[in-house]
Amino acid sequence: MEQVIMNQLSYPILTTVIFLPVLGALLILISRRSWELWIKWVALITSISTLILALPLFTEFDKTTYKMQFVEKHSWIPEWNINYYLGVDGISILLVLLSALTAILCVMISWYSIKTKVKEFYISILLTTAAMIGVFCSLDFFLFYIFWEAMLIPMFLIIGVWGGPNRIYAAIKFFLYTLVGSVLMLVGIIVLYLYSGRTFDILELMTKSYPYSMQLWLFWAFFAAFAVKVPMWPVHTWLPDAHTEAPTAGSVILAAILIKMGAYGFLRFSLPLFPEASKAMTPVMLILSVIAIIYGAVICLGQTDLKRLIAYSSVSHMGFVTLGIFALNSQGVEGGILQMVNHGVVTGALFLSVGIVYDRTHSRQIADYGGLSTHMPIYAAFFMVFTLASVGFPGTNGFIGEFLVLLGGFTANKLIGVLAATGVILGAAYMLWLYQRVFFMAVNPKVVGLPDMDIRETLTLVPLIVLVFWIGVYPNSFLSFMHASVEHLLERVNMAGSLQEANIAKTIMEGVIR
Amino acid sequence: MKLYVLIPFLPLAAFIINILLGKEVLRNKAHWPSCLAIIGSFIISVITLFDVINGRVINEDLYTWIISGKFQVSIGFLVDQLTAVMLIVVTCVGSLIHIYSIGYMHGDKGYYRFFAYMSLFVFFMLMLVMANNFLLLYVGWEGVGLCSYFLIGFWYEKRAAADAGKKAFIVNRFGDFGFALGIFMIFLTFGTIHYAPVFSEVKNFVGHTVNFLGFEVDLITLIALLLFCGAVGKSAQIPLHVWLPDAMEGPTPVSALIHAATMVTAGVFMVARCNAIFSLSPDAMIVVAIVGAITSLLAATIACVQNDIKRIIAYSTLSHLGMMFIACGVGAYAAGVFHLYTHAFFKALLFLAAGSVIHAVVHNDIQRMGGLKKYMPITYAVMFIGALSAGGIPGLAGFFSKDEIIWSAFASHSEVGKFVWIMLTAVAFFTPFYSFRMIFLTFHGKFRGTHHEEHHLHESPNVMTIPLMILAAGAIAAGWAGIPSVLGGGAHFAHFLEPVVGHPEFHGTHAQEFGVMGLSTTIALIGLVIAFVFYIRKTDIPVMLARKFKFFYVVLFNKYFVDELYNLIIIKPTFWIARKFLVGFTDAKIIEGIVNGVPKAIGVFSNKLRRVHTGIVHHYGIFMAAGAFFIILYVLLWR
Repeated sequence: MEQVIMNQLSYPILTTVIFLPVLGALLILISRRSWELWIKWVALITSISTLILALPLFTEFDKTTYKMQFVEKHSWIPEWNINYYLGVDGISILLVLLSALTAILCVMISWYSIKTKVKEFYISILLTTAAMIGVFCSLDFFLFYIFWEAMLIPMFLIIGVWGGPNRIYAAIKFFLYTLVGSVLMLVGIIVLYLYSGRTFDILELMTKSYPYSMQLWLFWAFFAAFAVKVPMWPVHTWLPDAHTEAPTAGSVILAAILIKMGAYGFLRFSLPLFPEASKAMTPVMLILSVIAIIYGAVICLGQTDLKRLIAYSSVSHMGFVTLGIFALNSQGVEGGILQMVNHGVVTGALFLSVGIVYDRTHSRQIADYGGLSTHMPIYAAFFMVFTLASVGFPGTNGFIGEFLVLLGGFTANKLIGVLAATGVILGAAYMLWLYQRVFFMAVNPKVVGLPDMDIRETLTLVPLIVLVFWIGVYPNSFLSFMHASVEHLLERVNMAGSLQEANIAKTIMEGVIR
Repeated sequence: MKLYVLIPFLPLAAFIINILLGKEVLRNKAHWPSCLAIIGSFIISVITLFDVINGRVINEDLYTWIISGKFQVSIGFLVDQLTAVMLIVVTCVGSLIHIYSIGYMHGDKGYYRFFAYMSLFVFFMLMLVMANNFLLLYVGWEGVGLCSYFLIGFWYEKRAAADAGKKAFIVNRFGDFGFALGIFMIFLTFGTIHYAPVFSEVKNFVGHTVNFLGFEVDLITLIALLLFCGAVGKSAQIPLHVWLPDAMEGPTPVSALIHAATMVTAGVFMVARCNAIFSLSPDAMIVVAIVGAITSLLAATIACVQNDIKRIIAYSTLSHLGMMFIACGVGAYAAGVFHLYTHAFFKALLFLAAGSVIHAVVHNDIQRMGGLKKYMPITYAVMFIGALSAGGIPGLAGFFSKDEIIWSAFASHSEVGKFVWIMLTAVAFFTPFYSFRMIFLTFHGKFRGTHHEEHHLHESPNVMTIPLMILAAGAIAAGWAGIPSVLGGGAHFAHFLEPVVGHPEFHGTHAQEFGVMGLSTTIALIGLVIAFVFYIRKTDIPVMLARKFKFFYVVLFNKYFVDELYNLIIIKPTFWIARKFLVGFTDAKIIEGIVNGVPKAIGVFSNKLRRVHTGIVHHYGIFMAAGAFFIILYVLLWR
């Protein structure tokens, strides 16, 4: 069994971070429906406390080791060898922090825009947060799968209850799409459990090696779950509907965290568990990534709906993430992880921004805007910063991530690198065109007299602005978390390369003997 | 205290002050932070220049910016002779343009915004020239592009302005695409992207080839050409030149600062900076020279028939940038940078003078001007000087630098040296022709606008004319720093840059040098005289020529239809694919067809199956009987 570093803090930090939101949700549950202000404050204070209590992860993290840290392990269902087993490393830690931050922003942005079933809404937000953080911390497959599926239910409700006109279709589509993928992963998990002598311990499973043909099957089973979540081309079509119909907070959670789970899954499970299969499937994954980058970007040029455009841009940006991951070199993988964080920050911010203006006009149609700079100059400035981050402008976070991913991609395969880099041109084209139609040119009568952002809205966006420039100017604060874990991961995958032939031969031999 | 670090950060501070306080607090005093910052930068640049003259070259890192695996890059500065020259150009011309803008932008509702963007631009431009590695260069490179986008689209409520800004940004991204690939190739080859190790190691890679997209190509040529893509975008060379003329939608000081004196010359600067790479690839050098020559000539011909005063100067800028690339392409980097430096003065002057004219007549069409010299004598005088300098009339700044390039082309070892020399000689005719066509149509003859407009004509205020006069002095004297030895000068400029760009090997006698100089000067004077005849003496000739050679006239007037071509082969198809094919077909029909089709098929199937369950007992009886019959049949026949 691999060594881990147990939690040394005075409180079980990961458990606290996961279950504090659940506690908040319970408190809201027993509150009266009419105490709306109380409910909102409970949600806000819970989510802020969650982030504050999660901060030691950032400050106390040991960056010199790849080992799991802040680990908690308790026996849960001993008959089946199931444990309550939590821990974070350089790959998951930033996503945990990002999830905690996102929860606060979602509560703040929904303050006035959610008017019906307020109680249930905030319960859903808090439960989703808990489940998402749980996914990133789980080191036991059984626990992981519970969190993975638990996340779907509140998310399904958020889209289906508080969404736009076409919300039911979008919610069911979202649910079925992800469920189909997840079920295949469940089969994969059970196969691993049985093959490895009945353990769900992820770290232990990583130390074993599996026959090549089994790896291939399992790779595709897990792929089904992760590719849908990312979403990779061509299983991306749930995303535009879900994003567009979801309320602002729902879109933000989807964009910032939920779709990161797929990419996280590739990093946490597919690469280390099935290194030979991953290596063998690299060309397929790179090609799918490049298709996503270009397809997602070009299709943005044909959009007339603000949220739909940003949703498709997510497809393109997540293509960069998977490209980086499957470049299988440190620049690519670290760029990919950073790009996950960046995409969370920037696309989250863009959806928040769209929400701010949607609350005023109740229109998502780009054609209903124009000349907004004149009436909402502060809003225009914020949106410009996020636009620039989205197109990978130097000095913003998007640049660092995109640059590292492209460098990694180009190192892995020049043609792939070149094709992916065209996404940068297209990105500038659709984002600037969007910006022009919304903020520049003649003032649309429909936006005359709109008030600029208020304090609450500004405060919601400020943390994200800070992150945009912090990561852009001094990315080492974040990259340094990853180095050890990524090196370790790549060692495992690339070492497998040399073993690959031996393993294939072994598999064939086994077949012959049988 | 590292004083030089303040050079870029003073303007950045001014930007931050203006963006935070400009709107509410500073208002019509918003020029103060920006002007003070750039003048401060100028003073420090002068101090730094003297440091460099005394042999103190700076190359140091502030902090490590990105670390990932083997990849490491710093925020760090290199201040050598080349950078020192650029610093002076940017901050000196920049200061004058800032001061001029106080008058030009007076009363605009975006006054603070204008100065904020200008300061931000200066910051990025200074980062660009001071960077000590390719990635920081790229930061400055994209940064100036962004500010250019903001400032071209400054009057964003005007659709043309918003369109032009966006076009500039996106067209530049095409060039940057290649530039970024160039940086990737440099990292793959050298394992670092810092200048010093790259430039010192590059000679070890001569003759290496690399497989690029299935082609076996020379490594250094590949790197050089990829980098050059960036230069083609930023310096608006063919085929990415289309954004610069449209960029004239921005306020005139912007055109002077960004689209004449500084940003567009970044490509030339970059090629000169990377001379160690380019010089080792004869093929890349030929490409640079040819692209420069074609751009120079085509732009000069277009400039002869345009009527928008700013666009004429913009095409002139394209033409001059082409000349700078020719110089780089034949190995005379110092001559290219020398022209960059003189061009900054006379072209900024021409733009600002044009701005002064526009300030008075409130439109850009020279056909509706005329006779302005009696209303605005100072503007007339300085613009005349600018045109003389640009046209390469002996004694003025433009003459020395242009002559240096023409001679370099003639005398270089480059295979295409003689070809580009012929092109340059042709350009030498057009430059004074279109410059003086503009002067004569604007200032001479009778005023052709309305009475109302005539009433409004006036000379610009001192805050505008004084910078013009200083720039005019520069347009006369800036070239004296590089008077060639054949004319009794010391060629100080080239000697100063020698440690960075080396010294080209020329073959040619003094007699040849005089001959080449005499030829181009004569041709330039002929161009001037023809302009005089066409637009002052026999004004019916141009009209007649336009009618007689209608085809050529239409082609030139429409800028060789390049915009229309791009629209047809790039923009329209892309949008068609996006709207009709991807949105309408693959996503809506194929993928969604499957996604929605599978549940629908299941639904239809189960609906059919449901019909079997009618609830009528004798139906079930028949099914049972039929089932029993088939089972018995199966057992009897197959068992």
